[in-house]
Amino acid sequence: MTPDLSTPAGWLPVAFMALMGLSMLAYVILDGYDLGVGILLRRASDADKDTMIASIGPFWDANETWLVLGIGILLVAFPFAHGIILTALYLPVTLMLFGLILRGVAFDFRVKARDHHKPWWNRAFYAGSLLATLAQGGMLGFYIVGFEWRWESGVFALFTALALASGYALLGATWLIMKTEGALQALAVGWARKSLWLAAAGVAAISVVTPMVSSDIYNKWFSLPNALLLAPIPLMTAALFVVIQRSLTHLPASHDRWCWVPFACTVGIFILAFHGLAYSLFPYLVVQRITVWQAASATESLMIMFVGICIVLPVIIGYTIFAYRVFWGKARALSYY
Amino acid sequence: MDPLLLARIQFGANISFHILFPTISIALSWVLLFFKVRYNRTGDTKWMGAYRFWVKVFALTFALGVVSGVTMSFQFGTNWPGYMETVGNIAGPLLAYEVLTAFFLEAGFLGIMLFGSNRVSNRVHTLATFLVAFGTSMSAFWILALNSWMQTPVGFEMIDGKAHATDWLAILFNPSMPYRLTHMLLASGLTVSFLVAGLSAYRWLKGDRAPNVMAAMKTGIYLAAVLIPLQIIVGDQHGLNTLQHQPAKIAAIEGVWETERGAPLLLFALPDKETKSNQYAIGIPKLASLILKHDPNAEIQGLNEFGDKHPPVPPLFWGFRIMAGVGMLMLAVSWLTSWQLRRRGEPMQWLAKVLVAMTFSGWIATLAGWYVTEIGRQPYLVYGVLTTAQAASKVPAGMIATTLVAYLTLYVALITAYISVLFYLARKAKYTKYEKDDVPLPAAPTLALKEST
Ligand code: HDD
Ligand code: HEM
Ligand code: HEM
Repeated sequence: MTPDLSTPAGWLPVAFMALMGLSMLAYVILDGYDLGVGILLRRASDADKDTMIASIGPFWDANETWLVLGIGILLVAFPFAHGIILTALYLPVTLMLFGLILRGVAFDFRVKARDHHKPWWNRAFYAGSLLATLAQGGMLGFYIVGFEWRWESGVFALFTALALASGYALLGATWLIMKTEGALQALAVGWARKSLWLAAAGVAAISVVTPMVSSDIYNKWFSLPNALLLAPIPLMTAALFVVIQRSLTHLPASHDRWCWVPFACTVGIFILAFHGLAYSLFPYLVVQRITVWQAASATESLMIMFVGICIVLPVIIGYTIFAYRVFWGKARALSYY
Repeated sequence: MDPLLLARIQFGANISFHILFPTISIALSWVLLFFKVRYNRTGDTKWMGAYRFWVKVFALTFALGVVSGVTMSFQFGTNWPGYMETVGNIAGPLLAYEVLTAFFLEAGFLGIMLFGSNRVSNRVHTLATFLVAFGTSMSAFWILALNSWMQTPVGFEMIDGKAHATDWLAILFNPSMPYRLTHMLLASGLTVSFLVAGLSAYRWLKGDRAPNVMAAMKTGIYLAAVLIPLQIIVGDQHGLNTLQHQPAKIAAIEGVWETERGAPLLLFALPDKETKSNQYAIGIPKLASLILKHDPNAEIQGLNEFGDKHPPVPPLFWGFRIMAGVGMLMLAVSWLTSWQLRRRGEPMQWLAKVLVAMTFSGWIATLAGWYVTEIGRQPYLVYGVLTTAQAASKVPAGMIATTLVAYLTLYVALITAYISVLFYLARKAKYTKYEKDDVPLPAAPTLALKEST
């Protein structure tokens, strides 16, 4: 049933699935550290809260735009799957949007509203980040089980929600190790140590459970020679966890030269986990029901978008890198001038 | 309740909330660029002061625009799955180009514009400000091209019940798009000019005599005085264009039930669906025919010619009068204030109070205008191609109703917070040195997020 991949009708949908996956991955990593910092916010003192938010202030909007692109590609390239997925996930999507709204407006209100309102906006920041994270994790769970509403899927979704929350917390904590110094950095190391264990448990559990809920996924991973070819994914993931664990025992260090290692390794784990998931699901957009080719828009519409993406995406990546370089180094106080 | 009706109310509520903020972001970004360029040119610190105050308003507005926009990008799928399934081949690329060329641009440079001025050169900072402004206008271009196409669809063919593009240029520059884009950009300019003038008048009434207050007020007033006549002319042309493509909409706006010659311009009436006529009508004879056809005795098609395929009359009739009424008020107030500013250098007390009252008048006209446009398209979603009912989703009514109530509660809270924080910033501005020289604050060793307000 795989169409001829040498024709545009064959390869364009695959290319769009890859693009959608990449922007979702970019979103999860980039907004993941934002949301992670938000989740950790409650544990910090007031002055540290300001620094933590200053470390993500210049980036969060661009980070969130990757979600808009990912959902946008789903909408425009796979309209049929889009309707089914978003109708099935109506409630968690709404919860996530509430979380993102609260978090996003709290960024600005907390420093502009009256001083005695500030604690409330800080709480909104924390609650919004947590809500959005849990909703995203829950959606991931329901997505993997193909939107089957049984109690097992509910438990699984709860599980993925908690796993994603610890993953984001790890991203956020390691981001702070990289972007801060002094007492806050030491605090962040502590947070990272704790979330590391939770995240490792989460990744391990999801990897074990996913093949169990779907025999198709089981066959993809545990038949020969696939099992051998795929072995590097879990092995590298485990290795990265060890590297993070080791490096955290040396941090905070006086020279601070390696402060980026835990963050980079965490990003690595997310990339590997994402590839594992993508391999498990391909070529389905809705598990066991709709493939990328069945869901795709007309070829001529895909082509006109593909050309645009090929031209514009490198430019976007270019100025994103530029923006990160402008705010390179340890977070400083944010001021409009 | 009927899930279709609920879905419509929910979509309408979400987009109405969203549009409040883009309307401000689009033009305010250009106004900020103006302040900055004036400062670069003249070195007069009052322009820097104006920039520093208004950039805070901009940051807050932009954040609200972004989060409500992210909500919008999910709404097509959750509320109107049939929309993308039928016309996705056309709507898709337009939305995709909006994300690629507009959203990333504005979001990518926003950080540098807001927080980068002591990290990049002044030139790069001005460039970032320009790119943010350009991005917001690009975004308006793409989304309005799509919305206009839904009003006046061309350049496609239907194959197996799905629209396929045949001519992209025709789709982009469809018949109503130039009018709609210009009218909306002008609406944005007017909304911002009254916001700037209103908040400055408020500061001025509170005794804030910093030079940047008057500089901003003058910018707002003079901008409004220039834009409002343009808006009225464009609005008139827009109406003529609509008469050509959607005559039923114009009949509803004008409250014309039976086709008639020399139709009057109704100032007041209560349109009645049951009797298919107006009660208590007060109008100026022949003026509607004159405006719409440039001939006092021309014939205007009545609603009865469209059977039941015509939009509901009262919201269009009243929506239009609210928009045009606010427009006339804007004309009177901006010209009167301009005249006073030229003669006396400051507005009279009562006029300043009127300006404060009109701070958000642009929002009212903009919403009224959009309601006319969107409700006037009913019962179609894509005019003549797809009805709203065909596109609706299968989400149960109870679910939509619950989330609708939650959205509305959140929106009311956020709008209240937004407006009160704006006035709070304005009151506090007096105690803030906005105009001290353009030296960046020393990098604080404490790392505190110091937004010295
Ligand atoms: C006339 C202008 C206009 C209109 C009619 C709309 N928008 Fe909008 N939108 C903008 C003008 C804008 C903007 C100026 O580009 C925003 C608003 C404020 C802002 O900060 O960017 C924005 C933000 C914004 C964002 C966030 C972008 C980001 O992350 O930076 C999304 C996803 C959308 N919008 C989506 C939509 C959708 C799906 C709409 C229609 C149904 C819509 N907007 C109507
Ligand atoms: C930005 C200002 C806008 C406002 C204030 C606005 C307002 C509304 C309102 C009130 C409705 C409900 C109408 C009814 O059901 O009677 C509606 C419907 C709708 N609008 Fe808009 N709209 C705006 C822009 C847009 C844009 C830019 C698009 C798409 C490109 C769009 C697409 C739709 C769709 C798909 C519906 C649902 C179907 C319908 O009820 O017609 N709108 N809008
Ligand atoms: C006073 C003279 C004005 C006239 C004659 C006029 C005319 C019109 C007409 C005929 C429409 C409906 C177009 C359609 O859907 O076919 C419209 C829509 C609209 N009006 Fe106005 N208008 C005027 C003033 C204003 C003002 C002062 C504002 C805001 C500050 C405004 C904002 C809008 C908006 C946002 C829309 C919907 C978007 C669009 O279709 O472009 N208008 N106007």
